[in-house]
Amino acid sequence: MKFSTQVADGCTATMPESSQAKDARCCSVECRTPPLSHFSQSSLPLHRNSHRLSTFCTEHNLQECLSHISQEVSLLGLSPGWTESVSSSQLDVVAVLNCMYDLIQLHHRSLRTLENMEMEQLKLSSNVDYLKINNTHLKEEVEVSKRQNTGLLERERQLHLKLKSLQNCLKNEKEEVQKLQNIISSRACQFNHEMKRREREFTKLKERLNQLLADKKDRKPGDTSIDVLNNIGRADGKRSLWKTEKTEAKHEGEMYRTLLSDYDMRQRELVLENAELRKVMQQMKKEMVSILKSRKLIPKGENYEHNDTQAASDEDDEVFDPSKESVELFCIDAREKLTNSIRLQWRRLKSHVERLDSQVSLTRMSESNIDDAVPRENHEEEMDRLKMEIQRCKDFIQKQQQLLQKQLSCACNEDPVSLQNDGYMLQEKKRLGEEWKSLEEQRKSFERERRNFTEAAIRLSHERKIFEEDRGTWLKQQFLSMSPFGNSKQLHAPKSSSALLIAETEVRAPMAPETPSECRSDSASPIPGSVSLTPSSAGDLECQLCLIPENGVTYCSSKHGKSEHFEELSPLCESISLRDKQWRESEDLSSHSLTPEKSSSI
Amino acid sequence: MLLRLNADSVLSHCRNSCDCKMNFSEVFKQSNHLCKVSPDGKYLATCVQYRLVVRDLGTLQILQLYTCLDQVSHMEWSSDSLFILCAMYKRGLVQVWSLEQPDWHCKIDEGSIGLVSSRWSPDGRHILNTTEFHLRITVWSLCTKAVSYIKYPKACQKGIDFSTDGCYMALAERRDCKDYVSIFVCDDWHLLRHFETETQDLAGLEWSPNGCVLAVWDSCLEYKVLLYSLDGRLLSTYSAYEWSLGVKSVSWSPSSQFLAIGSYDEKVRILNHITWKKIVQFEHPATIDNMKAIVYKEVERRPAVVSDEMSLHNITMGSTLLSTQSKYEICPLPVQIPVVKPEPDRANPKIGVSVLAFSSDSRYLATKNDNMATAVWVWDMQKMSLEAVLEHTSAVRCVMWDPRRPRLALCTGNSKLYLWSPGGCVSVQVPAEGSFQVQSLNWHCSGDSVILLGKDQLCLCYMDTDHEEK
Repeated sequence: MKFSTQVADGCTATMPESSQAKDARCCSVECRTPPLSHFSQSSLPLHRNSHRLSTFCTEHNLQECLSHISQEVSLLGLSPGWTESVSSSQLDVVAVLNCMYDLIQLHHRSLRTLENMEMEQLKLSSNVDYLKINNTHLKEEVEVSKRQNTGLLERERQLHLKLKSLQNCLKNEKEEVQKLQNIISSRACQFNHEMKRREREFTKLKERLNQLLADKKDRKPGDTSIDVLNNIGRADGKRSLWKTEKTEAKHEGEMYRTLLSDYDMRQRELVLENAELRKVMQQMKKEMVSILKSRKLIPKGENYEHNDTQAASDEDDEVFDPSKESVELFCIDAREKLTNSIRLQWRRLKSHVERLDSQVSLTRMSESNIDDAVPRENHEEEMDRLKMEIQRCKDFIQKQQQLLQKQLSCACNEDPVSLQNDGYMLQEKKRLGEEWKSLEEQRKSFERERRNFTEAAIRLSHERKIFEEDRGTWLKQQFLSMSPFGNSKQLHAPKSSSALLIAETEVRAPMAPETPSECRSDSASPIPGSVSLTPSSAGDLECQLCLIPENGVTYCSSKHGKSEHFEELSPLCESISLRDKQWRESEDLSSHSLTPEKSSSI
Repeated sequence: MLLRLNADSVLSHCRNSCDCKMNFSEVFKQSNHLCKVSPDGKYLATCVQYRLVVRDLGTLQILQLYTCLDQVSHMEWSSDSLFILCAMYKRGLVQVWSLEQPDWHCKIDEGSIGLVSSRWSPDGRHILNTTEFHLRITVWSLCTKAVSYIKYPKACQKGIDFSTDGCYMALAERRDCKDYVSIFVCDDWHLLRHFETETQDLAGLEWSPNGCVLAVWDSCLEYKVLLYSLDGRLLSTYSAYEWSLGVKSVSWSPSSQFLAIGSYDEKVRILNHITWKKIVQFEHPATIDNMKAIVYKEVERRPAVVSDEMSLHNITMGSTLLSTQSKYEICPLPVQIPVVKPEPDRANPKIGVSVLAFSSDSRYLATKNDNMATAVWVWDMQKMSLEAVLEHTSAVRCVMWDPRRPRLALCTGNSKLYLWSPGGCVSVQVPAEGSFQVQSLNWHCSGDSVILLGKDQLCLCYMDTDHEEK
């Protein structure tokens, strides 16, 4: 190490400028390089270094370079790892590399610190900026507050001025008031003085006037005069007296006499009043004493007796000498005695009453002492009792009400029941009546129908007879002509069909009375006879129609079959089939005509 | 001559207390309301311009007729009913007439000094003339023609008062800007006492009816009532309040027990005669809700149906047909009494109790508050409470108690006479010819009749109390 340093020293001695220049260059480069792009930075110096190396180190100055580098390296505090002496031509690569590595590390480190430093600097600069801004702000604030302060100061000054002026004003006003008061008082004084002066003047004038008038009178006696025909006597008939000392004294005496008499009268009144009051007092005292006595007699040997014993003696003699007192009623001593005794009695009575009160309260207390809640309990009990009673009463009332209501409702209910029953009955009756009416109507209609039917039957029988006769004639003809003239038969068909129709109705006629009953069973609603009956009668008609062939000839139900049968049947049956056809047509017609009615009825 | 009429408008319920029968006399002429009954109650003196007419009250026939030198401004009977004083202030003349000696005459001439007031002394032998400017009071004796002067009389509300027994005269004086009271013995005008009073400006003085106490009150600027004994000792001083207008009227009860003081605060204060302290204070509220009081309100209505008896007169006297009829009705409480607000910037405001009148038995006190001029309040002095309030359609002019009975007569300047007694209240139409408006009234000393004074007429109203007394 020592050695290397020596070498380095020599090296530095040889090439101090270059290193310095390099340092400066490095510095400039590093200064120029942007702090953020350290990758490129790292690559750039390398490149430069290589470029420099190419210029720096040649084949010829290898040795020098080596020594220089080793010197530099040792200056940097690294061991060069190689010795100049040993390896002039061949370098220990490992050592160089190590050195290089160390150098690079060093470089990196320096770069990093640089970076940190830069960051730090940046931070600091921003901080400085911030502080600067802050500073300006604060300065502004200071400015503003300064301004405000001056404003406030100004205002204060103004207010001070105002206050001063107001104070001045107040002082002035006060002075004014004082002045005015002074003026008023002086005026009042002046006025009084003036008034007095005027009055005095007035009196003086009066005097003067009096004097003048008197003087005038002296001169002219007619001015103020009395003209009396003749003097009249005094009202009391006496002569008027000369004014003397005696009369004066007499007047005084009279005055005092009147005053005295007045006082006398007043005194008498007062005496009377006093006597009355005294009487009242006496009576009061007596009553008090009697009350106290009775009290004393009853509760003898009580704890408060000692209070009375001392007073008992004088009390007794006071009680027993009212007559004596009345004698010396107006004596001061007696009066004092009386008032004193009354006072005493009154005190006693008061204490007695108080004691009684306290006793009462004590007894109450003792009653309540057992448990303080006794009266309250009593109270509560009483309350409860009363409440209960109230409840009971309420219940009773309610019950009564209920009963009453029930009774009423019973009466009502019975009534309602009966009423209901009645109502039902009435309804029933009504219904029945209505039914009866409808039945009646039906009966009537039936009657009518029956009549119709009977008429119809009569007619039918007539027609049958005619028919029979026709048939007879026809049979006769057939018999007579036995020739197959079917056409002629068909010609007769309408005639027979009409006859058959009548016959069918005739068949149905006896069944007619039954149909309403069936209807009734179906629906309770009263149905107007003739119209409503027709549908059922239509059904009946059908079945009757079904029966009719049965009556005549037995055959199957299907129409086609029927028609076929008809054709197969004997010519005798042809008429029947024809008739049947006719019927069906009529039935269809009737059903057609009836269906709307049905619907309407339903 | 005497026309007796029945007044039917008397309320039935007060028939027993107020007399149901009232008879009115014929109307006579008078001037200046100069019409006085002699103290003995036998004669009636009236002045018509410069003539003095004396009538017998029983027959109303003229007994004497005197002719004065000028229009009479004041007329007064002497206490013994023998002389009549007629004063003619303008001329400064006083004429005295004798009833017994019609040709006797007396003329007092005050001359250039002038005359403002003239009155009899209680003995009826002296005349006191107050000269103009209250320069002096001249005392003329009719017995001796002697004249004496009293200087420095004070010009005030009531500066001179005689005691009831006629022995003493109290006179307010003003000397050296101080008030004094002089007490004279009327017998020989001897100055008995002369003392200074503690008043700023004495306004009046009045003897108690028993003649032993003199009440003296200050002017309205200060509420102050002073009570002096006959010998000039100050018995008591009473002041209810300060800094406000004070006493307006003062009245003694006939029993001398009470002194009623009416003041500008619309209250009456009653002082007792032993301690001279206030016993009670009567207020005059605009709304009466005192349930013990009865409020009678005069209700006016046009005469729709006139009774037969009245109609007869009405035919003869058409005027009454035109006049409205009115009667008292008892109002249910509370009652609002119309109040007139006084103008505050005027002197002597129309507010406060100006009329105080005790009934002869001291049982009742009638008052009138000036800002409720239509109402008269009657107070019971035994119960110390309001007894009745009479409210009228117009302002009350005159209130007078019957000198014998507790019966109050009053008039309101219309043609009616109003009467109140504890039993009830009644208003009576005066059945006189023409328009007779009662402006003032005077009781006869017996209490049997009232003299009603119109503008220039007078009429006597007789209370028929025979049945009551028998």
